[in-house]
Amino acid sequence: MNASQAKTNVKSKMKVSDEVVIEISNMNKWFGHFHVLRDIDLIVNKGERIVICGPSGSGKSTLIRCINRLEEHQKGIIKVDDVELNDDVKKIDKIRSEVGMVFQSFNLFPHLSALENCTLAPIWVRKMPKKDAEELAMKYLEIVKIPEQALKYPGQLSGGQQQRVAIARALCMEPKIMLFDEPTSALDPEMIKEVLDTMIELAEDGMTMIVVTHEMGFASKVANRVIFMDEGQIIEQNSPKEFFNNPKSDRTKLFLSQIIDH
Amino acid sequence: MESKYSFVRKDIVNEQPPPLTQVGVTGWLWRNLFSSMSNFNSLTSSILSILMILLTIWLVYFCGGLLYSVIDFAIISAVWSDPDGIKRKVCATVKQGGDLPADWYGACWPFIFAKKKFLIYGRIPTEELWRANLIYAGLVLGMGYIIWEKGQGRKWVGLFMLTVFPIISLILLTGANFKINNSLFISTGVLFLLSFLLGYFSSRNFLGEVLEQFSILFNFISLILFSFFVLLVLFSIDYGLEPIDTLDWGGLLLTLLIAITGIVASLPFGVLLALGRRSNMPVARLLCTMFIEFWRGIPLITVLFAASVLIPLFLPSGADVDKLLRAVIGIILFSSAYMAEVIRGGLQAIPRGQYESASAVGLSYSQSMRFIVLPQALTHVLPGIVNTFIGLFKDTTLVSIIGIFEVMGIFRAASQDANWGSHVQHSTSYLVAAIVFFVFCFGMSRYSIYIENKLSRDNK
Repeated sequence: MNASQAKTNVKSKMKVSDEVVIEISNMNKWFGHFHVLRDIDLIVNKGERIVICGPSGSGKSTLIRCINRLEEHQKGIIKVDDVELNDDVKKIDKIRSEVGMVFQSFNLFPHLSALENCTLAPIWVRKMPKKDAEELAMKYLEIVKIPEQALKYPGQLSGGQQQRVAIARALCMEPKIMLFDEPTSALDPEMIKEVLDTMIELAEDGMTMIVVTHEMGFASKVANRVIFMDEGQIIEQNSPKEFFNNPKSDRTKLFLSQIIDH
Repeated sequence: MESKYSFVRKDIVNEQPPPLTQVGVTGWLWRNLFSSMSNFNSLTSSILSILMILLTIWLVYFCGGLLYSVIDFAIISAVWSDPDGIKRKVCATVKQGGDLPADWYGACWPFIFAKKKFLIYGRIPTEELWRANLIYAGLVLGMGYIIWEKGQGRKWVGLFMLTVFPIISLILLTGANFKINNSLFISTGVLFLLSFLLGYFSSRNFLGEVLEQFSILFNFISLILFSFFVLLVLFSIDYGLEPIDTLDWGGLLLTLLIAITGIVASLPFGVLLALGRRSNMPVARLLCTMFIEFWRGIPLITVLFAASVLIPLFLPSGADVDKLLRAVIGIILFSSAYMAEVIRGGLQAIPRGQYESASAVGLSYSQSMRFIVLPQALTHVLPGIVNTFIGLFKDTTLVSIIGIFEVMGIFRAASQDANWGSHVQHSTSYLVAAIVFFVFCFGMSRYSIYIENKLSRDNK
């Protein structure tokens, strides 16, 4: 639970600016007849670390997947960096290169080495020369602390290492915002720590992060806001301290009691 | 913490050698040959073991007998030379006017040697054979260099073999110097200029937002028109080569030409069709599905007959498309449909997460297909792709029924030569044809297995 006890002053290092980077208003989404997201309103400032939690099926993942348009919303407005998300392919490409995403199941490209996983997008999307892209990739592989695995293929790496490569791959596009979709749910307990440590370092460097996770230790250490979702709605959002110690809604209380009581 | 389980091992057991039935020669023999055969523990397993032993003995006997009769036909009883040049009599029995015993049955190799040129080149005139030889040499050198892993710049050699080499080969084989209508030249040129300008201006957004989205399409069309224009020019030049009619091409040369053209063309078409069939755009999906189902639904023989008999009826008089070209196009369309379904299988094996993470890092549709999806999908279905290639290679034999003399057709024609009339010519021809096809198909199969192993070694 306590991802990094040594870093007690994590939060004091991290600043939140007034600049709005994500603005979601009155957003709705359906899967067929199923109303997954209902009237979502959310404003994210630059440098914020937001943790989204909630029971499974509550729409947490769908919400962050809407932010880089892996899912389409049907009603309402999503603005990322003042660009509104609609069918315009160019805008979507621009937003995707500014928003990094880390998946629960890593989704590394198995036929490419760790280094190639990281350099692919800089070379072909940013049109960076191969050499520069490799330097950049090595820089981020060092940040996630696995430069020595650069030439290995995903199949040769442990789950934690794969997830850190996935983080480096996303960082190589030098995104303004990072989305994490349950990044530690598929990992063994020992590996959870190495991934969370990497994420804490990112937060310290001022990255804007939205993290869907059940790691409540991480939430209370790093997040400046915790959002609780259920049945496709944002039920409650508050600072972690208030959220954990003084939850307002009954649904939140029930959820917290279920995940903490064992 | 007190525990009620108090067993603690006092001395650690050292590593010990495995039982003899696990390792070495005895181990191999035991595991692969005798482990189940000697299982007499129950009545059923005893009966099964005895049956298996009998079946093995019978199989060895049967296959051995079969093998012996082939060797007997091809080597022991075969006639190897015709020193006196007596042609058919050298392979004839006493009854047929020769010297061989009445029950003689063996291969007639002098017949094959005599027809060698015919089998390899078809009816290309002897003084023009150097042109075909040049193509054979280019093919062997080029393919050899691509297969040879230490070669520098194999990519460029591959590109040369796919683009320049086929054009040179066709110029060499046909002799070029085609009389091409001026109107064809002019219309191609004008269309090219038009599409080029459209592409140029639309990509720079002079023509509005709507057309900008089509700039890639315009550029693609202008590239095709440009290549077509260049081809028209190249084939209208007089290189001083004697023209050779495509119906005189034949034998192994023609089989390789049809097969390689079919293989090289069906792969990209198959990829496009497979992507189209899985596309989100309903029109593209419908068109691709209809195309695939149509071509898969009719037999190749029908396609070839249609190409040779029906299409000329529909063409305006005077417009003549070469018969061989029609057959080759038919084969390409036919095998593309098969290829598309094989590749679609590979595409379906790629998890959705791969598409998602490719889009999440900002790759466009074509980039994610090119770098992420297709490399994985094609690797998955490599056995199926090579299977289709091998099928295509053997299906080329069917063109012989519309009067195009590839290997099978030429063997049939050769064995009907009255100068060599004998009861063994057909068998000898078919044996050689079988060997030729086996060598090529087995080669493809082994090479694909090598590539499969190499790819899986690289990725693990």
